[in-house]
Amino acid sequence: MATEFRINGQAVSSEAPPQTPLLWVIREQLKLTGTKFGCGAGLCGACMVHVDGERAFSCQTQISEVAGRTVMTIEGLSPDSSHPVQKAWLAERVPQCGYCQSGQIMSAVALLKQKPHPTGDEIVAYMSKNICRCGTYVRIIRAIERAAREG
Amino acid sequence: MTPRTLDRPMAVVSRRQFMTGAAGLTFAFAIDRCDIAAAAVSGDGANGAILSPWVSIARNGVISIMSPAAETGQGSMTSLPLILAEELDAEWDQVRIVPAPVIEKIYGNPAFGGAMFTAGSTAVSAYFTPLRTFGAQVRRVLLDNVSRKWNVPIEELTTEPSTVIHEKSGRRLSYGEIAAFAQIPATAPEIKPAQLKKTSEFRLIGRDVVRVELPKKVNGTAAYSIDLQIPGMIYGTVLESPVEGSTPEQFDEANVKAIEGVIATVRLPYGIGVLAETPWAAFDGKAAIEQTVTWNRTGKAWDFDSDKGMEAFAAAAGDLSVPVTTDWFKQGDVEDALGRAATVIEAEYQCDYAYHAQMEPLNAIAAVSPSGDAAEIWCGTQGLTMAIDTVARALGIPHEKIKLHYTLLGGSFGRRGQYDDDYIVHAALLSKAAGRPVKMIWTREDDVHNGRLRPQTAHYLRAGLDASGKIIAWHQRLAGDRVMPFTDPVRYELSGHKDLLLMLGVELRSYDIANQYCGLIYRDTGVRTSSLRGIGYTANKFVTEAFLDEIARHRRVDPVQLRLDLLKSTPRGRPVVERVAQMANWGAKRPEGHALGFAFIDYSTTLLGGVAEISVDRGSGDIKVHNFWCTIDCGIPVQPDNVVAQTEGSIIYGLGLALFERISIKDGAVQQSNFYDYQVMRMSDLPEIHIEIVATDNHPTGAGQMGTPLVAPAINNAFAALTGKRLRETPMTPDRVKKALG
Repeated sequence: MATEFRINGQAVSSEAPPQTPLLWVIREQLKLTGTKFGCGAGLCGACMVHVDGERAFSCQTQISEVAGRTVMTIEGLSPDSSHPVQKAWLAERVPQCGYCQSGQIMSAVALLKQKPHPTGDEIVAYMSKNICRCGTYVRIIRAIERAAREG
Repeated sequence: MTPRTLDRPMAVVSRRQFMTGAAGLTFAFAIDRCDIAAAAVSGDGANGAILSPWVSIARNGVISIMSPAAETGQGSMTSLPLILAEELDAEWDQVRIVPAPVIEKIYGNPAFGGAMFTAGSTAVSAYFTPLRTFGAQVRRVLLDNVSRKWNVPIEELTTEPSTVIHEKSGRRLSYGEIAAFAQIPATAPEIKPAQLKKTSEFRLIGRDVVRVELPKKVNGTAAYSIDLQIPGMIYGTVLESPVEGSTPEQFDEANVKAIEGVIATVRLPYGIGVLAETPWAAFDGKAAIEQTVTWNRTGKAWDFDSDKGMEAFAAAAGDLSVPVTTDWFKQGDVEDALGRAATVIEAEYQCDYAYHAQMEPLNAIAAVSPSGDAAEIWCGTQGLTMAIDTVARALGIPHEKIKLHYTLLGGSFGRRGQYDDDYIVHAALLSKAAGRPVKMIWTREDDVHNGRLRPQTAHYLRAGLDASGKIIAWHQRLAGDRVMPFTDPVRYELSGHKDLLLMLGVELRSYDIANQYCGLIYRDTGVRTSSLRGIGYTANKFVTEAFLDEIARHRRVDPVQLRLDLLKSTPRGRPVVERVAQMANWGAKRPEGHALGFAFIDYSTTLLGGVAEISVDRGSGDIKVHNFWCTIDCGIPVQPDNVVAQTEGSIIYGLGLALFERISIKDGAVQQSNFYDYQVMRMSDLPEIHIEIVATDNHPTGAGQMGTPLVAPAINNAFAALTGKRLRETPMTPDRVKKALG
């Protein structure tokens, strides 16, 4: 049975078994590879996407759960990297290896949607679901503050 | 040095785009004789005569420069072409960076005998002089051509970025215009070191540019090997034996094949592979195999238990009657000096196994030809040459029959780039069995279980002080698990059986201690080991800097002053120490329950000072790091902001290793599985980090991992200052803290 949902503004349909993680449908079937596989257990946040505007671990979301709903991935943020969070990420030169950064950006966008001007503690509390092994945390904080300021 | 900024990001060009657009001048140099910047090979890229140049100047002014390094976020893909562009006096906006093909003679890393290997934080340091020389040679060829065309002496010509100028006549020619008529000489002009730019003349070095691959890392388009799809590709994964050297006996195959989407299982020498239509079917298949598989016990590590192993290591290190395997390092006469000492102080330390935890679970794509006589590989690796050699050996075909497409790496930290890169071999053998391209992906659990770990070590130290308190003898015995014979036997042979990955950092090179000795008690547990960010320095500098702190406390001298006294013959170290002490306001009173700890390290020729400010929750045993101050002198900072970024990252990596990252082994197998039982640093664990570059005119040295070993000793020394107790192990976990506090 096909699961139908919207992703980055487009209606899509997947034949994957209902319990299939959304992550793999996004990556391997829809070929939106900006969303990453990191731990498969909701522990690292590399797979973070938005479902109906809320952040969600796509590795912990079964495809059946998004039927009729709206998913957004890093590719849907802007057509030209012009989202204020993306601009702030470049201005602060956040990424090193870059692998976790789509997930970091999706978390940051969700945070700023809830709280346009988060305090330092709020940033840390919210962003600690995402791991960056290169250790770009100092710059992630700076970029979120910049996006909040310039957004 | 104040970083200046160029904010325009630029595009990475594919080799195909590059070759099609390469009409103009093309310059090729062989790096294998980089000391003399070997004769240039000239040719016209447009007709395909030279397919692998370093530099090409097109008539439209676009300057294409090859980048020979793997990019894992450390920035070499940008820094190396920038070094060449500096001496060429290229307009950076007109430079395009092209990933170099794997041709060792042209692009090999001088630090690794010419292999294409991006490791040891060597790229900028090792390529610095050759690339500057190449850039200067190309510039000289342009000047020679203009000199002939205008019939003016070359001494009257100067350059501004991408332009040759004859000031007397006010004439100017752009590099693109010159490319339209210039002739390349049969041999490259000689450039002497004195003809290279002075530091004050640099326009690009020392000025931050946007890393070339950065824009793709904020919009999801940066491609790692795990993101690629090859036509006709299926998926695969491998359940590797929990112990190196063991093979599978039996498993319930029918159970696995019953899973929807599973195509086949494949018996491999060291595990069982699954081929499937989808990644999730491959993972389900592997999980089913795990339920029923049995392994033979031929591997060496069976029965090995890391806790008991550590006790045995420590007993051997501390028992002077146990003979050392080799004298690793000897200077002066330690025994004699110990005999003369007024006081002898002893200490023991232990460091556990640790895991890389790069964010991209290891994966590779292989397409082995139907007849098995050729292969294409797509993967991220630090060891470009080694990846090809590894696959050649696994498939029994020549190196030349393998084409490597290397991608960006989603982290590595020393994990990728080994003699028998397991994840690449997995892909190659699965593709050969399948007869079609296979994308092989490990789960995080596989990545941990198959981890190639930072080795376990136990250390016993004695220091002899004379009546004035001066250290006259430094004696260490280190019992450690072997690394290089497992991870890189070729380099182990080349190095004359010196396990550099285990042992680097034990020598106190910068300190005035005349009599030093370190004996190695070498152990082979059979556990998979490899280089991990900071390599031997992480354990060895923890031990030596903590022990020095013990000596300072024993003598009741200030730990910073002790380092300054010891650095008399390494004057370059003093500003690094003095500045970090100033930054931390060393000596000033701290809030109640806080204390500072100091460490200094020399890592290759990069020098760092570090101060940690901590507090301890005596109930939970948690150490909280509030501030970390760091100074780094890595010579000329080619990209200053990137040096800071790498230092931030390597300090954060070091915090995890210092405080909680620990792999334990039971019956030969790794006990941890994922980020719930192998914790890494999260933002909530972050101290305030304060970094300053102490810029000098010295040849640039590494910056990619030098902060990592600085952290544990600074924290350890702060803990001693705060509590009067010494923690003797890394990581400094809450249970160990509580035990130390009684």
